[in-house]
Amino acid sequence: MSAGREPMAPLPPLGGLGFVRWAWRQLTSMKTALILLFLLAIASIPGSILPQQGNDPLKVKEWIAGSPSVGRLLQSLGFFDVFAAPWFAAVYLLLFISLIGCVVPRARQHWRAMLAPPPAAPKNLDRLGGTVTLDVAVDSADVIAGAVEYLRSHRWRVVEGPSGDALGPRWVSAEKGYLRETGNLVFHVALLLILASVAVGGLFGWKGNVIVKEGGGFANTVTQYDAWGGGRLVDSDSLTPFSLTLDSFDVDFEREGSQRGAPKYFEAKVTYRDDPAAPQQQSVIEVNAPLEVDRAKVFLVGHGYAPHFVVKDATGRVVFNDAVVFLPQDGNFTSTGVVKIPDSEPQLGLRGLFLPTASIDKIKGGQSVFPGPDNPAVFLSAWTGDLGLDTGMPQSVYRLDSESMTQIGLGTLRPGQIWDWQDGSGSVMFTGFDRWASFQIAYDPGKEAALIASILAITGLMLSLFVRRRRIWVKVLAPAGAATVVQVAGLTRSSSLDDIELGALTDDIDALVREISRTEATPKEHT
Amino acid sequence: MTTAALAQASNAAIYAAMITLTFAMVAFAVSFAAGRRRAAAGAAVVVARPGEGSVAVLTRPSDSPERPEAGKRSANIAMSLTWLSFILLLAGVVMRGIWAGRVPWGNMYEFSISAALATLAVFLFLSLRSDVRWLGLFIVIPVLLTLGMAVTVLYTEAAQLVPALKSYWLVIHVSAAVICSGAFTIAAAAAALGLLKGGLERRAVARTGSSDGVLSRVPSVDRLESFTNRVVAFSFPLWTFAVVAGAIWAENAWGRYWGWDPKETWAFITWVIFAAYLHARSTAGWRGSKASWIAIVGWLAFLINYFGVNFFVNSLHSYAGVS
Repeated sequence: MSAGREPMAPLPPLGGLGFVRWAWRQLTSMKTALILLFLLAIASIPGSILPQQGNDPLKVKEWIAGSPSVGRLLQSLGFFDVFAAPWFAAVYLLLFISLIGCVVPRARQHWRAMLAPPPAAPKNLDRLGGTVTLDVAVDSADVIAGAVEYLRSHRWRVVEGPSGDALGPRWVSAEKGYLRETGNLVFHVALLLILASVAVGGLFGWKGNVIVKEGGGFANTVTQYDAWGGGRLVDSDSLTPFSLTLDSFDVDFEREGSQRGAPKYFEAKVTYRDDPAAPQQQSVIEVNAPLEVDRAKVFLVGHGYAPHFVVKDATGRVVFNDAVVFLPQDGNFTSTGVVKIPDSEPQLGLRGLFLPTASIDKIKGGQSVFPGPDNPAVFLSAWTGDLGLDTGMPQSVYRLDSESMTQIGLGTLRPGQIWDWQDGSGSVMFTGFDRWASFQIAYDPGKEAALIASILAITGLMLSLFVRRRRIWVKVLAPAGAATVVQVAGLTRSSSLDDIELGALTDDIDALVREISRTEATPKEHT
Repeated sequence: MTTAALAQASNAAIYAAMITLTFAMVAFAVSFAAGRRRAAAGAAVVVARPGEGSVAVLTRPSDSPERPEAGKRSANIAMSLTWLSFILLLAGVVMRGIWAGRVPWGNMYEFSISAALATLAVFLFLSLRSDVRWLGLFIVIPVLLTLGMAVTVLYTEAAQLVPALKSYWLVIHVSAAVICSGAFTIAAAAAALGLLKGGLERRAVARTGSSDGVLSRVPSVDRLESFTNRVVAFSFPLWTFAVVAGAIWAENAWGRYWGWDPKETWAFITWVIFAAYLHARSTAGWRGSKASWIAIVGWLAFLINYFGVNFFVNSLHSYAGVS
């Protein structure tokens, strides 16, 4: 960004164009950039403290329910979706405009500087600090030629002068480290590219979540997802037509030590096809090892239990026979779920608590004490009546609306046990359990570009911080006579005063002085 | 070695490192105090003065501030003790890794001892290139605090990594972040020292008309500021790399490279603050004490990210392993 040395105009000049120019100068000044950077940092903080819609919509709801008036105010101001809020966008867009306003003129300036030769030596090198003066018994032309050769071979850009003088060149001017500014510009342009890549991902990318039971499967259409979100420019009817079946899900938990209950590994064995006509392929999906299908990636994000029930009505007819996804409520997989049986007469509903390792606590009731299925049990409450499925209102599959139902009773079942309802309306058998896995399928067409831009940014950053822009001058003071008086001096061109840079320049000068002194030792033929 | 023996050896090495570090701290403090008593006149060295435009005029930087003989010996003892502590701590961290059968970066105890190790490593690395004994006291104190907290509050037995951490990106991402923790700490320490010295000098000038002898063992404010700048210039690209490596890993583990998880948000905030620092260093009127404050705020943001997010916020990065 621009070096911020221009004094700030205290008042904007009157008149439309004058004001625009004034505003633009203010916006692209380094001070404004600094303030915008601080604003960006501060504006991000609420996004880490308050629950965010994108990460945890349930928590957002709870928060608002907890303190409705403040909650609704914060919501209307976008505090639960900070990174999509207009005020957050305003900060980073202003910052990027300010960045463009700085980068464009600086790029032009840098281009010109790279085409131009280094500036001629100042009249009086003594005024620069650290000037080295030495006498050498060499002809001035050799001093100049030696310096030029040395500097050129060390990749300095060199010019000698004055041009067209009969006595030949009497000074050398050299400059090095143009990559510093190049890197600086590359870094800032790369930041723009990252922003563009994020935008591409947001507009053309999509992501969906789906829960699949062992033996079950799904095809990549929007309707099959439990949750799906796509960018504005995604054609949701033409997603990649892959399909996937979960063959089995394996998990193991730590049994010993302080981390007892922490998962050791989990993996989902799947069979998939790229499209309905493609051959079947097998794969194992693990955390950190997603499956890539036609540029979309399938990630394993969660797992749980699906207890299997067989429900019979009063006549002994099987009205339900399936595994049902229960959602884990804690780290030990105490899981809740419901079974809805609209086919029986009257309709039946079960509300359940599945405990992989059941422990009955007198105060807390039933809870699981280990995530593995060491001692599985279900607690059920059975309901009869109207499930309310015909009202046309969409219902959650994880919630039983028992408003127009009556409770039959409560039961606890181990695998293989049957619970006959006292009123003779039927029975339920807990036959065992399957596992389920939840997958996130994501497609982000901007991520490769974002990666390339990030690599560019880091490269540019390193160049701009580690390359040192510096100048060196060599001047012959007394060309006549046997002893040639030579002066060597240098300048660093970075705005931060840094010992290391000064030290490096000192080293450059010392090396050059050594080189010039060495020419003394090897007499040239024409001297 | 058996597992139990390894565990014991690792813990013993870390405790031993804490003991030697405590002695190092005392020795650094003695050397510091000795310097204050013998207020050396004319210690301030003008390194560079701003020329026209954005051009710095070259003068040869002198090596270090004048160092009265009295404090020198204890400073050297302190450096030797710091080296010894570093070796002990390195042994402790390595044995912890062998005990766990993986890189020792699975929970906050392990992150903390590694961060302490990295801080010492960066400090000792710098000490090989230039005389930074004046900084020792301000490095050893935060390192000791970190270790103290690690062994008391954060301690956990070694266990397997949770599946989310089983990736070679752990090594890349965490090692970069751990080195940054050391470098940011050193940058903030030097910045704070510069602010302290600047403030004391101003007071001394107001009182006696001269700033001679104020914290004479410490380099001039100018040099402290440029030292801070140098360390930030080293750590900022590394921090950028740590964030990008984290994003690549996140893309592979969670299906998105950036999701504004609290840890990511604070990594971003830290990044933005240090970016502001670098900009401030080339803005007239911001280069001095204001920039130093920014460096300290950046370090605080880093600490919030490490402690605050792990303990108080529900984050995908909550791997504290402390119940």
